[in-house]
This record gives sequence, C-alpha cells and structure tokens, in this order.
Amino acid sequence: MTIEIERPSVGLSKVAVSETHCEKSPYFAGWRAYDENPYDELCNPSGVIQMGLAENQVSLDLVEKYLQKPADNGSTTVGFRENALFQDYHGLQAFRKAMASFMEQIRGGRAKFDPDRVVITAGATAANELLTFILADPGDAMLIPTPYYPGFDRDLRWRTGANIVPVHCDSSNDFDITPEALEAAYREAESKNIKVRGMLITNPSNPLGITIKRSTLEDILDFVTRKNIHLVSDEIFSGSAFSSEDFVSVAEIVEARNYEDSERVHIVYSLSKDLGLPGFRVGTIYSYNDKVVTTARRMSSFTLISSQTQHLLALMLSDKSFTENYIKTNRQRLKKRYQKIIDGLKGVGIECLRGNAGLFCWMNLSSLLEKPTKEQELALWKLILHEVKINISPGSSCHCSEPGWFRVCFANMSEQTLEVALRRIHEFMDRRNNVKSFDVYSSDQLFSS
Amino acid sequence: MDHMLRNEENLLSKIATNDGHGENSAYFDGWKAYDADPYHPTKNPNGVIQMGLAENQLAFDLVQEWVRNNPKASICTAEGVDDFKDIAIYQDYHGLPEFRNAVARFMGRVRGNRVRFDPDRIVMSGGATGAQETLAFCLADPGDAFLVPTPYYPGNDRDLTWRTGVRLLHVVCESSNDFKITRHALESAYNKAQEANIRVKGLLLNNPSNPLGTVLDREALTDSLAFTNDKNIHLICDEIYSATVFSQPDFISIAEIAQENVNCRRDMIHIVYSLSKDLGFPGFRVGVVYSYNDTVVNCARKMSSFGLVSTQTQRLIALMLSDDVFVDKFLSESVKRLGTRHGFLSRGLAQVGIGSLNSNAGLYCWMDLRRLLKEPTFEAEMELWRVIINEVKLNVSPGASFHCSEPGWFRVCFANMDDETMRVALGRIHKFVAQKKGGEASSRRQCRRSKLEISLSFRRLDEIMSPHHSPMSSPMVRART
Repeated sequence: MTIEIERPSVGLSKVAVSETHCEKSPYFAGWRAYDENPYDELCNPSGVIQMGLAENQVSLDLVEKYLQKPADNGSTTVGFRENALFQDYHGLQAFRKAMASFMEQIRGGRAKFDPDRVVITAGATAANELLTFILADPGDAMLIPTPYYPGFDRDLRWRTGANIVPVHCDSSNDFDITPEALEAAYREAESKNIKVRGMLITNPSNPLGITIKRSTLEDILDFVTRKNIHLVSDEIFSGSAFSSEDFVSVAEIVEARNYEDSERVHIVYSLSKDLGLPGFRVGTIYSYNDKVVTTARRMSSFTLISSQTQHLLALMLSDKSFTENYIKTNRQRLKKRYQKIIDGLKGVGIECLRGNAGLFCWMNLSSLLEKPTKEQELALWKLILHEVKINISPGSSCHCSEPGWFRVCFANMSEQTLEVALRRIHEFMDRRNNVKSFDVYSSDQLFSS
Repeated sequence: MDHMLRNEENLLSKIATNDGHGENSAYFDGWKAYDADPYHPTKNPNGVIQMGLAENQLAFDLVQEWVRNNPKASICTAEGVDDFKDIAIYQDYHGLPEFRNAVARFMGRVRGNRVRFDPDRIVMSGGATGAQETLAFCLADPGDAFLVPTPYYPGNDRDLTWRTGVRLLHVVCESSNDFKITRHALESAYNKAQEANIRVKGLLLNNPSNPLGTVLDREALTDSLAFTNDKNIHLICDEIYSATVFSQPDFISIAEIAQENVNCRRDMIHIVYSLSKDLGFPGFRVGVVYSYNDTVVNCARKMSSFGLVSTQTQRLIALMLSDDVFVDKFLSESVKRLGTRHGFLSRGLAQVGIGSLNSNAGLYCWMDLRRLLKEPTFEAEMELWRVIINEVKLNVSPGASFHCSEPGWFRVCFANMDDETMRVALGRIHKFVAQKKGGEASSRRQCRRSKLEISLSFRRLDEIMSPHHSPMSSPMVRART
C-alpha cells in the first residue's frame, strides 16, 4: 500500500484566486435563487420571477418571422465552406457594413459609421475588457458614473488589473453626471496616486433607464479632453430608447465638433439587448482612433464572432425593411411595457426615476427602509426575494451611493408574468401597509433576513 | 488635419503599444505577398500559392452533405426556427448541455473511446487562441513562465504572453534526434529559468505537433508528466490536431496517460482543444478548455464570458457531433485524404532530393532545405525564404518563425488546397530546384574564370532575392497559421 505524501497544491494565478469576478455579489446571488426555484406559469406558479436580468424578449417574434421568410435567409448551406473557413479578424465585410448601417438607423441617420472602424468581439463583455487592456495599464483607473452595471467590476478589472473610480451621482438631480462630480472623482484618483486613463459611460444608462442629456455629453467630452483621457461610450441600449429623438449618441457630438478630439472616443455596441440575441455573442467596438482600431482588431483574435452568426446577421441587418420595422416596433413595445410597470408601481405608492430607455426601471424603495443604510437595503432585497418571490437588483450592487434604489427588469418575460409580478408587489405593499396601520409587528421583524 | 491626442504614445497602454501581437515578425511578409498576389487557377495562375496556412479543407464535401440533409441543425430554416428563441436568449456560460455532451463524446471518439471526457469539465473559449490565453491567466502571474519545446506554433507567443504578461521559455529540440523532447532538454530549460530567478508554472506540449506533424510516444508523455510532477508545475496539452493522425503510430492523448497513472497529479493536467483543425471550422470559433482541476474549470468558465461560442454554432455542432454515423465516416475519410495528400507532397519533395521530417499527422510537412542554404545561418534561411516567396511564388513558413534552433527547416501546408493546386505547387518546387542546380553549376564555371564574374553572378542572385514588398506593417488579414 503506498503512503500518501502531502504535496503542496499547485498554485494558480492571483487572478484565478481573486474574487474580482464578483460572483459573490447579491446581483448574482439573486440569479441563483431564481435558478433554484424558477417561476413557470403552469409548472411552478409560485416560483421566483426573474426581474434581475436585463434581456429583451418583447420583439423576438419579429426576428422569428424574418427567419421564416422563404428567400435566402441565412441558410447555412449557401457558402457553408467559405463561411466555416472565414477566420479573418477583420470580420465579414458584409457584416461590418450591415452593423454600421444598423447603428446609423438607430441614431435616425444623425451619425455616420464607417464599416472599416467596426471591430468585432464576442459580446460587449469582451469589448469592454478589450478596450481596457488597450487604454489602461495595470493599476490605472477608469472613471465610471454611479450607479453602474455590476458586470463592469469584472469586465474592466479582473484580468486587466485596472481600477474603477466612481463618479458619484445622486437623485437630487435625477442622477445626472455633473462637472463637479467628474472633477471630484479625478481628484480622488489623484489623491490615491492612481492614474486615470479614461471614462466609461453607459448611454442609455444601465441601471437608470435614462438617456444622457446632450449638454451632459458635451461636458463629459470637454472634461476628457481637458484631462487628456479616453471616453468609452457603451451604447448597448441605444435601440431601446423609447423614442429615437431622445437618444443622443456621442457619435453625434463628435460629428458636430468636426471630429476634433475624436481620437479619444470609442463606442461599444452589441445585439444582446436591442435585438434580444445574447446567446449569439455579437459585440463591436467602434473607434475613431486608428491605432485603437488596429490593436483592438488584433486582440479580437481572442474573441471573434462565429462566422456563421456574422453571416446570418449580415443578411438580417442589411434588410432595411426588417430593421426599420424592428427598431420602430421594439421601441413602441418597450415603452408600453415600461408604462405598464410604472403605472402598476405607482398604484401602490412606489415611485421610479422617470425613464425613457432600456429594459428596466429604477425603483425608489427608500421610504421602506428603517434607516438609509446599505445593510437595510440588502435586508429589504432579501425579503423581497424570499417573500415576494421576485429577484430584483439592489442599488448597492450597482454602486449606488444612496440606499433604497432597485433595478427592476420588465422585458425578459411575457405580459402575463409581468402582471403576476405586479400583483405580488401589490399584495406585499398591502400587507405592509396593513401591518403599519395595525402596528402589530415591529419593522425590525419584517426586515430580518 | 485631425486633431491628434497629445503625447499619443503615452495614451495607450503598454500592451497596446508593444509587439506582443507578434505581427511585426517577418513571418507575416509571406502573408502580405500572398494577399497582394493570390494564386487562382484561371484568373491568376502565376500568383502566390498559400502554403503557410494550416487549414483542413479536404473533407468539406462530407460536412456540406450533412448540413444539407439536416436542416433542423440551423435555427434559420423552417425545420429549426421553432428553437430559435430558446437558442438566441441562452447565454449561460456553462454552454448548452447538448453541446458539451457532443463535444465530450467526439473527443472520446477521436481517441478511439479509450478515454471518456466529462461534459462538465468542458469549458468554452474563443477558439484555441482564447483557450490558451485563458489557461495562462488561470495558471500563471505576470512574469511567470511556461516551458515550450521548439519548434512551436508562432501564435503561442501572442496567445500565452501578450495580455497575460507570462513568458515562454524554450525547450530546445534538435534534428539530430528528429526534434524529440528529451528529459535533458526539459531539465536544462528549467534550470536556466531557476538561475534567472524566473518562476516556471507549467509545460506546454502540442500533440500532434505543429509544425513537426509528429505525435508524442508513450514514453515522451509519461516522462513529461513525471517531469511536471517532479517540479510541481502544470502540464498543458494542446491536442488541436488530434483527429489528423493519418498513419502509425497511433495518437496517445495525455488523457489516456492520466487515466493509466493513478498516482499522477491529475489536477495539474489541462487540455486545449478546438474544432478549427480536425473539423475545418476555424470561422466558428469553437475552443475548449478541459481541465482535471476543479478550480481551474470554475475559473476558466467565468473567464469564458469573454469568449463564449455563439449558441447558434453550439446548436449546429451539438447535432452534427451527435450523429455517430456522420462522425465515424468523417473521421475515417478525413485522415485517409490527409494521408494521401501528405504522401503526394513528401514523395514529390523527395523526388528532387528534398527531405522532410518523417511525420504522420497534422496538415503540413516539416521540410528540410538545409542544403539549399548559402550558409547555415538564419540570415541565409530568410534569404532563401524570400526567394521562395518572390520567385517560386509559394508562401511557406520559415523555421525561424517557429523558433527552431537550426536554420533551414520550413513548414509547408498541404490541406488547404485542391489536388490541382497541389500539383502546380509541387511543379514549381521541382522547377526551382532544377534551376538552382543549374545556377550552381553555372556559378562554379564562372568561378574558374574570374573573381569579377563571380561577384557579378552573386549580384544577380541578390537582385532576385530582394523583396518586391518592403516589410512595412500593414493591416494583417490572418494572424494565425
């Protein structure tokens, strides 16, 4: 019988053992609760309703209809061999052209996109990481206005070694990004001896569900120019603005300025939200900087889009009759869905930030908190998860500086499911209000997890 | 004039401004020559024939037939569109279960079902390119090193080091023993690292080998495993060419060695795989990290968010690779055709006295052109290479780009073209060798006449060898072999 000798376990990298992948955040914990007990209208009507996933399922029927058209609709037998062999990191030219044209249509023709500046990546997740590798050295920082998409903590920091310095925004001015907040964040970085290399904005904003004002974009571009840093504008929800005119892209500002200072501007886009195709991994980087385009293209070798998918989308997105109808209809349906949830919440006295874009609303439950603390917010979140059985995203997971805000997604479910969710919220609030008026239970008991 | 970023050089990261992407190597000049003047049988019969691209195009007719007969595999056909929505919204980084199951089964089949792969250890990546980088991120810190036997695939430099900050240290292999990896070479490389205070985290093997086209025998594999266990470092096996073994000896996977050696440190073994070579689908970006280490599986899976396989493609592959009849037919037919093509090329080279390493796998030959070098130096190799590109009009890959320690070896790919193009390429080689022999004979006659005439003939050769294209950097079309 052999004797087991204790061998030291072979070390993995620091990156591997760090927790910067952020999966212990409540943002992801709620997903797990959903996975363990998912709502289903027939099979599990008392399960957890997933309202923490910003997915767009409201217009997929339009895509299905397009695919059912008899004409050459991306059939994989046409040019299969050439397609399967195509690994050029420039990406299919037809795909880049179609993507550029789709991005122009979303912006109502108010900006032009050059297909040769479109770099392909497998999703916006990869695009944001890739840009960080290009713009920042380990230890450097990117400024991001709060609240922001929790995934940025992983995408911008995990493998790159970069830092995020928050630009604090609050409800006093509807979370607008002010020049004072920008300067304050920059000074904070300086005081910690951290070099700021760029700023990342999400426009329309996740989790706020609002478009950034033109004047704010101008201020931001002035700021980054003054500081000689980069600006990355993640415009992944651009096609989800309820009306085309509400959304101003940084591309429009760049063009209005005749491309001055444009070499510091880069746009991230993806079809995961606007077209509802997150599984296909279709992301792009659009940069006005030649060196960034070249380098990003080389780096995209690690994360190219399947040529099979590029081919399908090249056909779909160059079909103007499809895209025009899709963009218009999608906006209308999202607006209607948004109105439904806002009205439903208002009916029980819950206010939301006035939104005009995205797949979610930014809900204010601060009045339900005993004390305005992160701990109270998390306690309320857990309560909602386990009692109301809906998974929503607490503002603290989005780095919101004010406790009590929650992101609630509404586009990843049927209308019926949304109604069930609203009904549950109604009942929860009724119970709460009844309890309050009877004063039988202390609030501590209510909020204990 | 566009307004420039002030101090532009400082405004991008070090990674963005260094040469880690590898494209400034002279190796890419051959690609540029091909792109500028690509061969076509009718439209450009005098163009450059691409023999620098390791692609498997010989069995596509079988795949096309399968696709035609299985419209359900595509979610864009009437038969498949019902599944469109579920596939399009599925973004779970575990990957579709049917995809993982099918890939695991396929990998087992390629190894004659001598091993079983666990679908829960299959992690997706953006091609093998992505898989290699992911493993480097998981196993090593910036400044750490992996040992890699030479000659090796040039892309390793970019994949393993560019964004990770990891280094590659060479385990030098030589023609004197057919470039086999020796324990001595491994120890020597490891010791050099120790002396330089560089922490070695792993050994990377490529089996079957690119560019050699050979397979590692059982002894080499067990020795390598023993070496890594002894030094307490990881063993990464890139088995991307596992289904291209067309003759004896059999391919032995590290998975089999792991299975046979119960006392080995299994949690230090990791396999890289992809469908780009075996199936000929480089465009679909189907890469796999397979690790026996649970922590690595979990970490790599999280990292796969940066390079998931399109679910549209996962679905197609799942159905294709679950079709046992198709898979068996494809595997046997593909290696048969590879073997035939390999034989044609290696015999054709031998006919004009050009030897190649005895190989039984891969999509290329490792050609021995040492006797055609002016002198046994890498400068002479580069000169000869430029002649081959510019005069013979073949893009082959010089050994220096694979970090070969001896000048004069070239990798020539044979599976990315049809039979006719292969014949044309061989014809050009025959003609070149004949001319060179004639040239040498004539040069010897001149030597007997006068020194001046000798210098004239060398100048003529110099003119021939000067490149038509200056090695300016330009956007690369394909940055991989």
